Amino acid sequence: MSIVPISYYLVLSAVLFGLGIIAFVVKRNIITIFMAIELMLNAVNLAFVAFARAHNQLDGLVFVFFVIVVAAAESAVGLAIIITVYQNRQTLNLERINLLKF
Amino acid sequence: MDFITQHPVLVVSLAKIVGLMFVLMTTLAYLSWFERKVIAHIQSRWGPYYVGAHGLLQPLADGVKFLFKEDLTPPGADRFVYILAPMLALTLAMTTLALIPFGPPSVQWLGESTLIVANSSIGLMVVFAITSMGVYGIALAGWSSNSKYPLLGGLRSSAQMISYEVALTLAVVGVVLLSGTLNFNEMIAHQSGAFWHWNIFYLGRGSFPQIIGFLCYFMAAVAETNRAPFDLPEGETELVGGFHTEYSSFKFAMFFMAEYANMITVSCLATILFFGGWLSPFPESWTFMRYLPPVGLLALAVYLAYDTVVLARGIARIQLIVVTTGALVIGLACLHPVVLAIIQGPFWFLLKVGLIMFFYVWTRATLPRLRYDQLMSFGWKFLLPVALANLMITALVKIWPLLVNRG
Amino acid sequence: MTLPFIVFFVCAALAVLAALTLILAREPIHSALALVLVMVSLAVLYLLLGAEFIAAVQIIVYAGAIMVLFVFVIMLLNAGVEERTDYSKLAKYAGLPLGIFLLLALAYWMLESFIGKQIANGLGGTNASVSTRELSAQLFQKYLFPFEATSILILIAILGALVLAKKDE
Repeated sequence: MSIVPISYYLVLSAVLFGLGIIAFVVKRNIITIFMAIELMLNAVNLAFVAFARAHNQLDGLVFVFFVIVVAAAESAVGLAIIITVYQNRQTLNLERINLLKF
Repeated sequence: MDFITQHPVLVVSLAKIVGLMFVLMTTLAYLSWFERKVIAHIQSRWGPYYVGAHGLLQPLADGVKFLFKEDLTPPGADRFVYILAPMLALTLAMTTLALIPFGPPSVQWLGESTLIVANSSIGLMVVFAITSMGVYGIALAGWSSNSKYPLLGGLRSSAQMISYEVALTLAVVGVVLLSGTLNFNEMIAHQSGAFWHWNIFYLGRGSFPQIIGFLCYFMAAVAETNRAPFDLPEGETELVGGFHTEYSSFKFAMFFMAEYANMITVSCLATILFFGGWLSPFPESWTFMRYLPPVGLLALAVYLAYDTVVLARGIARIQLIVVTTGALVIGLACLHPVVLAIIQGPFWFLLKVGLIMFFYVWTRATLPRLRYDQLMSFGWKFLLPVALANLMITALVKIWPLLVNRG
Repeated sequence: MTLPFIVFFVCAALAVLAALTLILAREPIHSALALVLVMVSLAVLYLLLGAEFIAAVQIIVYAGAIMVLFVFVIMLLNAGVEERTDYSKLAKYAGLPLGIFLLLALAYWMLESFIGKQIANGLGGTNASVSTRELSAQLFQKYLFPFEATSILILIAILGALVLAKKDE
């Protein structure tokens, strides 16, 4: 059992996740929105590691490992997409990239 | 005194950190002297010899120059990032030295092993973590200068660093396979014996000599620390300057020191992983070899005394008398058995690190610079496959008994 | 106020302040640096929870490679300052209060739920850190198939990024 109660880590994870959602909703630059997604993934990783310590099992840590790997792959492709969008629309502002009707 | 006995870990750690910082800053300064002297002698000239005896006060003069230069910020630069970048580079470069063992863990004071500041069970991975963060110093320096050439130089340099990090890590995994641990002290203990037990040479049961691994590691390390022949981002644009163009006085000195600190870190790692760390190359049974450090220091004192007597007059003579006396005193102190036991590990470690740094400087003086596309294709298309092949052969050799017993 | 508590509160405060900087910064590069600070403080928290290998992987992969990629793209595209348009204000006046409500609700439920109280009172487990040997044993025996599948995933990501970033000839 960790000396610091595990629920403190869970609260921190919830706060970071909430801040990630706020950043996702409020910001207009698509790179910053992408970074908010990474922040949410990090918050979830913290919750996984905290639970792995609480239940004294390793499965949480293995899951964190895979989340980090998948986040790496996803950010590589996502940033390549963002570069392509910038080359086509010459802007990174979310409203200007919107081609949908409504 | 009560505080010291109640909190031994804290007191010993603080003492170790202060001692290490002191030694490190001096070494960084004198590494520049060492490099200039060696390059000069390779190029048939003398290098710094005027400022002190043998130019030994040149780093002091350089330090004073750096402190008194005008410290300006380019207009339009992002102030916070501009000041952060050199601090980040220097801090990260110096932090890795906290994990390096300079001697055996048996040397202790107040119950804590003295010659390593942080004995972590995943020491190797922490060192790689800190060096992979070092890319930020250069990328942010290039960005915050608000100018095209530093930006391009910074981007090129960071792309080079992250490319060679992969080859660096793979070249080292062979050693981790052989040692079965990520802890530095255990890795060194695994190589104990004589010099034919070191990871680079050992051809025994289930062990493959890591010569290819060492060569891959050395080449990747030279590229990782942005040194010649891989210093295009700070060399070609040396006409303009590279990522540190817009930096002056102390911030430039910080980048300079960060580069040397990275060199020291990488050499220390190479010594630990491939050359047996603080182990002596002679077998343990040759106990008379324990007297080699004091004998070496006294020989140095004799040479310096000869130099004092024969060398020109004036202030250089006085400086040499001081250095000779220092070498004599330390050499005689080493004959005391307690000091002799403590000095064995660090002596061999620093000797090996010095040899590897000599190779670094020798490479810089000898080889021409690589063009950027040659550099990137070398890293991805040659070093990475060779490091992978080394890893596969090492793994095959290690599990060969298991495979043979099954079939 | 023992040392683990102090380290926890310092790192938690750093993480939350850095996340706030990510929201409030004008330049994207400052947001990226703030995110790096979040990741580094989370790595320290992982160390506090005994997951030392995961802390090292977090720094090497997340803070040392993924965020470097973000910083590269920001520098290459020279992503400018956020602009203020009308729609952005709508998101701010409707999205922000709802987001804050979500944050507080999640935190409250985490703290006061049955599981939260149970874990705070101790659910068993030692204070030792997980060794790399145990973790890799799990990774290569029980989770071998996902491990190999992620290597194929990374290959696909490399190919995808290459194809997307290629110039049209």
